[in-house]
Amino acid sequence: MTTLDSGVDSLADVTSSEDRLRRFLLGLPGVDQVGAEARAATLGTRSIKTTAKAYALDLAISMIDLTTLEGQDTPGKVRALCAKAKRPDPADPTAPQVAAVCVYPDLVATAKHELKGSGINVASVATAFPSGRSSLAIKVQDTKDAVAAGADEVDMVIDRGAFLSGRYGLVFDEITAIREAAGDAHLKVILETGELVTYDNVRRASWLAMLAGADFIKTSTGKVSPAATLPVTLVMLEAVRDYHEATGLRIGVKPAGGIRTAKDAIKYLVTVNETAGPDWLDPELFRFGASSLLNDLLMQRTKLATGHYPGPDYFTLD
Amino acid sequence: MSRFEYAPAPESRAIVDIKSSYGLFINGQFTDATDGKPFKTVSPASEEVLAEVSEAGPADVDKAVRAARKAFEKVWGPMSGKDRAKYLFRIARLIQERSRELAVLESLDNGKPIRESRDVDIPLVAAHFFYYAGWADKLEYAGVGDDPQPWGVAGQVIPWNFPMLMLAWKIAPALAAGNTVVLKPAETTPLTALAFAEICQQADLPPGVVNIVTGAGRTGQALVEHPDVDKVAFTGSTEVGRAIAKSVAGTHKAVTLELGGKAANIVFEDAPIDQTIEGIVNGIFFNQGHVCCAGSRLLVQESVYDEVLARLKRRMGTLRVGDPLDKNTDIGAINSAAQLAKIRELSQIGEDEGAERWSPECELPANGYWFPPTVFTGVSQAHRIAREEIFGPVLSVLTFRTPQEAVEKANNTPFGLSAGIWTDKGSRILWMANQLRAGVVWANTFNRFDPTSPFGGYKESGYGREGGRHGLEAYLAH
Repeated sequence: MTTLDSGVDSLADVTSSEDRLRRFLLGLPGVDQVGAEARAATLGTRSIKTTAKAYALDLAISMIDLTTLEGQDTPGKVRALCAKAKRPDPADPTAPQVAAVCVYPDLVATAKHELKGSGINVASVATAFPSGRSSLAIKVQDTKDAVAAGADEVDMVIDRGAFLSGRYGLVFDEITAIREAAGDAHLKVILETGELVTYDNVRRASWLAMLAGADFIKTSTGKVSPAATLPVTLVMLEAVRDYHEATGLRIGVKPAGGIRTAKDAIKYLVTVNETAGPDWLDPELFRFGASSLLNDLLMQRTKLATGHYPGPDYFTLD
Repeated sequence: MSRFEYAPAPESRAIVDIKSSYGLFINGQFTDATDGKPFKTVSPASEEVLAEVSEAGPADVDKAVRAARKAFEKVWGPMSGKDRAKYLFRIARLIQERSRELAVLESLDNGKPIRESRDVDIPLVAAHFFYYAGWADKLEYAGVGDDPQPWGVAGQVIPWNFPMLMLAWKIAPALAAGNTVVLKPAETTPLTALAFAEICQQADLPPGVVNIVTGAGRTGQALVEHPDVDKVAFTGSTEVGRAIAKSVAGTHKAVTLELGGKAANIVFEDAPIDQTIEGIVNGIFFNQGHVCCAGSRLLVQESVYDEVLARLKRRMGTLRVGDPLDKNTDIGAINSAAQLAKIRELSQIGEDEGAERWSPECELPANGYWFPPTVFTGVSQAHRIAREEIFGPVLSVLTFRTPQEAVEKANNTPFGLSAGIWTDKGSRILWMANQLRAGVVWANTFNRFDPTSPFGGYKESGYGREGGRHGLEAYLAH
């Protein structure tokens, strides 16, 4: 296993050439699939009740990147989503706002306008999302367009083809180029773990993205199955924890896609708490990429407060 | 709340109905003891008295053995394997139906966390009965001869660390093979065995096929020394095992013994580090370390020693010690005051001999028997904490430089129950497994049990195998 506590200087060294980067990534400790999945399953058995549940539900709501990424998206749809982001529960103003609204670049301006003054960020996918199959020039332009339209956060995809064929340098250079194009916007790097398949690849891709300047590492586009899973998120949380230990820098994690219930969301929060630690229980460092999750969180929240479930029609469908 | 504090999440006790006193289960009935004094069983987490239990004296044991003999000759022995299987399947299903109740009862009486009794112990108990039920009508295919026959009456003595699971390991293969049994549960944890007696009644198991006699060492001695017992099976300390082996030497009795251990858990520099840390934790802190095959000696390759230790300590900081019935508890109570005293004594000896002791900060409940998860570094082969079984949440860490040295150190113990290997290199796993003198060798995992897998020891860890096809062999004359 590679010793990771060697500090920032030696990590800078790691990225000085493709060969060194490659050797570093291949030298990372392996992940035992059975063990990682067993650990995630055990964390999933934590029983979060009463006050802890109330805390977790509100925290989860505040960590949502409320997302719509469909060909059929319209300004009307985005406006409705933004209204929901600002006031998730029409019946209860104490429900917290979500962290961000996530849209395609052409709808950033609409979202930005709707969310003005709310404190909610606008995130935009970019770089030929979701496949990433385009030239670097187009990906850079895509990113610049999103930022110019006002995106506070950019969710880019990595070139999985390049990663799987071992061209780590290419993936690294692309992330640094987008990092530059994104300027001050927060950069989330989507690994698309459903296409990387092995946990060893997930760990390597996590380190690669962090070394290249990601602010967040994100599991999935939501367009590939499987999207986020608890064991994949566990492996990524271990990576940000180890990266923090080596550099002092905290990188965020965003599981996206497939998290639909409050129960699942709480399992993720437990995993964050017991893996990366309580510092990561913050929308600055952990997000859920989701849409339907929000209504279940709101319903459980109402249940906890009032003792009974309102019907699903009491929550908005946007 | 600024931090994610898990609120108490206790499993309800309402599901169990503990009687104030219990008799002995002989010939299908709960009966009063004739010549023993009743004793109390307490919850080790609170020292609360749970129930009063009868002590079986020699006359009671004799009555139980006679009942077992009669049931063997009249009913269970002549019964077809297919019919025996029906009873075993029925018992297995009843265990599943009552699993929540049994898990709560086990955690109350033993002190182990409900997460383990619910997710490990009781599911494995049911799995053992299901597995051996399947063997009952296929004994001639077990590889022990064309016409294998049961011994007759099995006298079985089990420990307190996995009360109901050890009962299942003993009773399921014995009944499948056509034996009848007299079983003595440990004196500190008799309640799930008595609940099992109720399950036998519920399953309409013929009277005398299963008899449960509660008591301490004296009762166990009366049982294993009873002249009409054909087969003795014991799980417990090497010291008692030795006494049993002596007492049955020169008799007609067949014996299997599953005794102590001081397993090496061996970590190589190319190990999958995060899962290895989980495996170390699971190896020694599972069931408060009250596990005969616990990975109590951690052997770490020197090149990764610092990193492994730092990560292990960080992980130990997240272990939750406390109320066994809380669903978020990772480490429960030590089973008895006597065991706590032994753990304390050996830990003190570890310090006195110069090893460095470390435990994470953790608040222990005021009542009950508690010991924090503890790791000793700077331990050498010469230290007593590296040689003697502590049977508690105490890990001794040693180092090695080469695979050869790891093997030498791992084997340098009078025990030989289990071992663990952590490496990404498959060829090394196979090479190591061939060199290690241990009955069970786990690779990149630890403390994994399955009814299909044989379990047992080398050297002073005992003889005979339990589990799997091999486990049947112990209950068949051939």
